[in-house]
Amino acid sequence: MRETFTRCLQDEARNNENLVLITGDLGFGVLFPFMKEFPNRFVNAGISEQAMMSMAAGMAMEGKTVVVYSIGNFPTLRCLEQIRNCCAYHEANVKIVCVGAGFVYGTLGMTHHATEDMSALRLLPGVTVFAPADAVETEAVMARFLTEPGVAYLRIGRGGEPVFHERDALAGYETGKAVPYADGRDAYILTAGGILSSAVEARKLLADRGLDVGVASFPTVKPIDQAYLTELSERVPVLFTLEEHTIVGGFGGAVCETVAGLRGKRPRVVRIGMNDCYSSIVGSQAYLEAYYGLDGKSVADRVQAVLEGRA
Amino acid sequence: MSYEKSRRLAYRVRRHALDMTNRGGTSHIGSILSMADIVAVLYADVMRYDPANPRWPQRDRMVLSKGHAGAGMYAVLAESGFFPVSELEQHCQNGSRLSGHVSHKGVPGVEVSTGSLGQGMPMAMGMAMAAKMNGSDHRVFCIIGDGECDEGAIWESALIANQFALDNFIVTIDFNKIQSITSVENTIRLEPLDQKWASFGWHVIRVDGHDHAALHQAYSEALAARGQGKPVVVIADTVKGKGVSFMEGDVLWHYRTARGEEYDAAVKELEAQKL
Repeated sequence: MRETFTRCLQDEARNNENLVLITGDLGFGVLFPFMKEFPNRFVNAGISEQAMMSMAAGMAMEGKTVVVYSIGNFPTLRCLEQIRNCCAYHEANVKIVCVGAGFVYGTLGMTHHATEDMSALRLLPGVTVFAPADAVETEAVMARFLTEPGVAYLRIGRGGEPVFHERDALAGYETGKAVPYADGRDAYILTAGGILSSAVEARKLLADRGLDVGVASFPTVKPIDQAYLTELSERVPVLFTLEEHTIVGGFGGAVCETVAGLRGKRPRVVRIGMNDCYSSIVGSQAYLEAYYGLDGKSVADRVQAVLEGRA
Repeated sequence: MSYEKSRRLAYRVRRHALDMTNRGGTSHIGSILSMADIVAVLYADVMRYDPANPRWPQRDRMVLSKGHAGAGMYAVLAESGFFPVSELEQHCQNGSRLSGHVSHKGVPGVEVSTGSLGQGMPMAMGMAMAAKMNGSDHRVFCIIGDGECDEGAIWESALIANQFALDNFIVTIDFNKIQSITSVENTIRLEPLDQKWASFGWHVIRVDGHDHAALHQAYSEALAARGQGKPVVVIADTVKGKGVSFMEGDVLWHYRTARGEEYDAAVKELEAQKL
């Protein structure tokens, strides 16, 4: 995802001479090609995320499209009020990129686990939240992320993630659209971000157990695809949400808010993610996903238990 | 020179602000009175702007980072022709766009909204950096408070502006020596403030923030410093509540609204200073 991001960023920079990239002293190696090609449009603001985010807003007020790059919680929670006041309230063209969604930096400890960022960003009016699942979704949302007006947040992994869609399958992607991956009759697992991989694996395991479970990815978490959720709710008895993130207020929260307000049928929604806790242990991304019940087998077991009335 | 234009403007800012805070029942009159001479000098004689074309690309930018003095900013803008003076009567009234902390939405001449301290200065810095990138000639002015210097983002910005040699960026500190609960000295000590900024690589000018001749001189020096590759800070020694004797130097007037006899007495004192 990260390589796709940098490639799309450079492509857009060639189209838009007002595009500026600011980093909070992170992206060693990753951002070098941009620095080399656009040295006058690259700013390293140092380790000062609060000033960096306000500065980005000020530059945007002068006509720049400002991409702010950092990792983990630094471009989000660290400067949340600056995003609210300086960027969102001013409808500034500031594009915030977080590399390190969920447990990407699992071994580095809880400070580097990005597990509340979607909730925090989603609650701010005027902020679009993107959480693509793979390189194809990343490429699809990048066109929107960099060109649509206002503040947007992009949450991506570090790279090397599996790819779930055919190349160019999502060309012309519109902000706010869900991406159905596989149909199902008994339930659906809805995901945001790279954790789609666990949903796909769980679907296979559940098929072996005689359960027909659909999967859909939501590259845009805000605005959430209400039309798709409405349509699913008409025909599916249980929706599971899966995110490498807290279950409070994030993607699962967005689905609950939508489904609870439907006039017609309302399926049960079961949220799978971090249960309102921090991780005090470390490990690889795969290890922590399994530890917190987010790997394919854990998800399959949870889905089966719910569908069999045991949970 | 008598600097009559700026002194007259300063008087009118003070007089409006007294009425605006009285009418709106709002606070921060002391912080407005302390910066009245600064904004008056800038808008009367220093800044380039066109009230008929508030978004004129070549205009100098102004960001009031100490947004709680918003009434003073609205007053100076109205008096400078950006919108009718009569609109000041709407300040802090129900449904008004003129909020206590300065707002840019629908208010000609206000570049950005502030109120949360430590955010206006880095926004202004971003404007200065964009101007540099664009090769634009205009200057970016910013006014911060002394209490605001407790905010880490002020010093982050001080470092960044120096690193990027933003000599089109002129920050004024309204150093009125009193913050929210007590004096600056008894809260978070700032002195030696000029040495701090100098050590951050800034061109430092220290001035009596109520002496119009000195303020004109300070901003002349600030503008002349362009080309030296250093951002400029004007540390203006001011008196909180300046112009109304019983408000001067009294922390109470960070919050209190002048009403009844106090309002009448303040009006009388200010009007005695009318040019």
